[in-house]
Amino acid sequence: MEFFHKVTRFPFMSTRRVWYGLSAVLIVTSLALVAVRGLNRGIDFTGGIVVETNFPQAPNIDQLRSALSRAGVQAAQVQAFGSSRDILVRLPPDPNAKGDQVGARILDLFKGVDAGVKLQRTEVVGPQVGQELFIKGGWALVGTLVGILIYVLARFTFKLAIGAILAVLHDPICVLGFFAVTQITFDLTAISAILAVIGYSLNDTVIVFDRVRERARTARRLPVAQVIDESINQTLSRTLMTKLVTLLVVVFLLIFGGETLHGFSAALVIGILAGTYSSIYISAALALDLSLRTDDLLERKLSKPEEVDGLP
Amino acid sequence: MISYPRWKIILVAIVLVIGILLALPNLFGEENALQLARDRAPVQASDRTSIAELLESKGVRTSGAFLEQGRLTLRFSSKQDQLKARDLIDEAHPGEFTIALTQASRVPDWMRAVGLSPLKLGLDLRGGVYLVYQVDVAGAVKQLLDHREQDFRASLRNARAAYQDVQVDYPENRVRVLFKDAEGLAKGREAILADNRNLHLTEIRAGEAPALELLLTPQEIKESEDYAVQQNITILRNRLNSPELAVSEPQVAREGVDRIAIQLPGLQNSAEVKKILGKVATLEFRMVDENDNPLEAASTGHVPLGAKLYYTRDKQPVLLKREVVVTGDQLTDASFQPNTQDGPAVSVSLDSRGASKMLKNTEENLGHLMAVVFIDRSREKNAQGVEVDKTTEEVINRATIRGVFSNNFQITGVNPIEGRELALLLRAGGLAAPLTPVEERAIGPSLGQDNIDKGMHAMVFGMLAAFVFMAIYYKLFGLIADVVLLANVVLLTALLSLVGAALTLPGIAAVVLTVGMAVDANILIYERIREELRNGVSPRAAITTGFERAFSAIFDSNITAFIAGFVLWLFGTGAVRGFAVVLVLGIFTSMFTALMGSRALVQLVYGGKRKVERLSI
Repeated sequence: MEFFHKVTRFPFMSTRRVWYGLSAVLIVTSLALVAVRGLNRGIDFTGGIVVETNFPQAPNIDQLRSALSRAGVQAAQVQAFGSSRDILVRLPPDPNAKGDQVGARILDLFKGVDAGVKLQRTEVVGPQVGQELFIKGGWALVGTLVGILIYVLARFTFKLAIGAILAVLHDPICVLGFFAVTQITFDLTAISAILAVIGYSLNDTVIVFDRVRERARTARRLPVAQVIDESINQTLSRTLMTKLVTLLVVVFLLIFGGETLHGFSAALVIGILAGTYSSIYISAALALDLSLRTDDLLERKLSKPEEVDGLP
Repeated sequence: MISYPRWKIILVAIVLVIGILLALPNLFGEENALQLARDRAPVQASDRTSIAELLESKGVRTSGAFLEQGRLTLRFSSKQDQLKARDLIDEAHPGEFTIALTQASRVPDWMRAVGLSPLKLGLDLRGGVYLVYQVDVAGAVKQLLDHREQDFRASLRNARAAYQDVQVDYPENRVRVLFKDAEGLAKGREAILADNRNLHLTEIRAGEAPALELLLTPQEIKESEDYAVQQNITILRNRLNSPELAVSEPQVAREGVDRIAIQLPGLQNSAEVKKILGKVATLEFRMVDENDNPLEAASTGHVPLGAKLYYTRDKQPVLLKREVVVTGDQLTDASFQPNTQDGPAVSVSLDSRGASKMLKNTEENLGHLMAVVFIDRSREKNAQGVEVDKTTEEVINRATIRGVFSNNFQITGVNPIEGRELALLLRAGGLAAPLTPVEERAIGPSLGQDNIDKGMHAMVFGMLAAFVFMAIYYKLFGLIADVVLLANVVLLTALLSLVGAALTLPGIAAVVLTVGMAVDANILIYERIREELRNGVSPRAAITTGFERAFSAIFDSNITAFIAGFVLWLFGTGAVRGFAVVLVLGIFTSMFTALMGSRALVQLVYGGKRKVERLSI
């Protein structure tokens, strides 16, 4: 079986203004959403208390809420977590709360509603720790981007590197936008997913650029735009096939991974989609608009190490 | 013939065999077990034999036993046997071992003996409690300064050097000794340096008075902070290993500058552990001031010079002398004696320094009263929500010194519950600085199992989908990729078991992601081969160039993922770090399997044929 028996001839470069426009809309909407709606930060980042309980039958959430408020438990969020039998209670940070006590207290109150309720998990994160974890997460993002930028700069010409990095930036912004729209809990695992997306979404860009460089050497007289178009078309089947299979696997993670991995898998799905889009439509186009010329590609060839040596 | 060096095929085979061997222990599953630890000393092989004999004589069958890191693990095929064995051991060796109920892998003993062990599961998969404590490192520095102050005063007093005052300035981290004149300063300096040789004292003028200043260097401050954290880690470990708390495989590690992370797998109720862990208790021995009236001092508030006012448990005022005879850090051992002739008691041993001081003191003060002060420091929020250190100092016992003693004696006047706890806390040592809990996560065992099931389902179904897709889309080459993908998961499991990294739920997600990325590498190669074939290259050449040309693309794309994984590993803690470890290791295994493994397999399929007409791709 083969989906791409013939090499496609999509005019990616001549239509690039359209794709820029689309990307611009995506980025602006994402940023605006993050600014206006904000992210639904999990207790990893806000600090606070989370108590997860499991009921033998789906309870009436309003009944649970009133049981809590009658007992004077303030500002508690009660929601179903995954299934209707798993109930999550989230409380704001309380300096005097001890995790085991809060868990036991809520369990006691819930036992009044259904005696068969079980305590699954209690998490207490101090507000200061939450703040620190959020900052750490931010630094991890910056660190990854810088690391990748250094690598791409060492590996490709300056213009290609800029194109690659801008295209890579595009993806986590889309993921953040997605989290702002859906208000899926944004926690540490979501940050790790974003980092994985950054690392992973550069794959296709690198593959396209590799091909651009290879083509530029054999077809020196062709205009750069045409070289890029041909390269993207030639690598299109790989780009789409690899992403398709990874997406397939990650979708299973989204379906079966449970509520704990929900944000994580969702971030991966969106990130992979955005990454595929940006590496096909955006990265090379950006390089072209930075007035990339065939010479830029050839110069680098001389100093490039021969990495085909000692191959398996 | 397609040429491919034979040694590479052999290498792949060897790696795979080692991988399978290392991954093998994960197939055995777990059963009920007991874990025995002894306070402060490892469990010996001789204990193992005697316990085995004991259980055998009572007809309790163990299905396996092994010693690891000073802990003895005994496995049982049924829950009844496990509980029965616990009672038997406890009966035969009362109070000797910490006995924790746990789960252990059914890995055969010979495998364990050669160092093969199954994957460790993280707390989110196994259930348990994760605690993070903040160490008050600033408090530790303050303590260091306070000690210096006391030392200086003592030196000056002993040398009868006249001084005006000794001041501690905390945020500036300095101690100043003020003198009346230059003569006093010279004498004082001599006295201090005689007792504390390596101090760097500078002469300054504090207002009118000449003074000596000791300023802590950043190096010294860092050292005392490090010391406080390390010391606390040691003490927490000791406390967790004591028989009073039955915890299996506790892990205590420093996290960042001033935090300590504790993992207690399988623990359900953290309340008692936390109560013991956070305690800062110590003892002081002081002589009673018998010349002044404590009631008068308490009512007027005028405490006589050289004395300090304390209260007993029943709120009776007591005047004690300012000098401490012996402090808690000179204690080497403490044990609880429930039945002595004076009721429950804590029997105490002192180190040589403490013993010689105690000896001198008891000789000089025969027939006088000595008091034991119990000091309990805890950290609480006051009405304004500001954290304050609360210190409770109580006289728990006053007794007449009836004989001369030095390193071994008993403290009476405690109740049984206190006595047990006091013995434990004294034995484990006092915390160098108070601890505040800042993070706590407790995961129930059923949720852990639930997480394992979900992770495994996602992994199995995701992989099956990828396998079917590859086989349909790339035919024989797809099947080769499937074999290679399986090998990748085996190698990844092997590596994780080898490095002893704990598998977490995000870790399982990383395995799934790794499978996706490993598929990627194969697709890159196959698409390249197809492309070469389309360009009219012979099948043989297409294979060779396909693998060669795809290398740089695979390498590049994995490098960026590696950078992301590495940064995550640097910044991440707990479950997130579990994700990073799997991601990074997975990158290595998937590159190896896709490039070398897949190539070797293609060689085995097509390499032997004289002429390859077409490829099943």
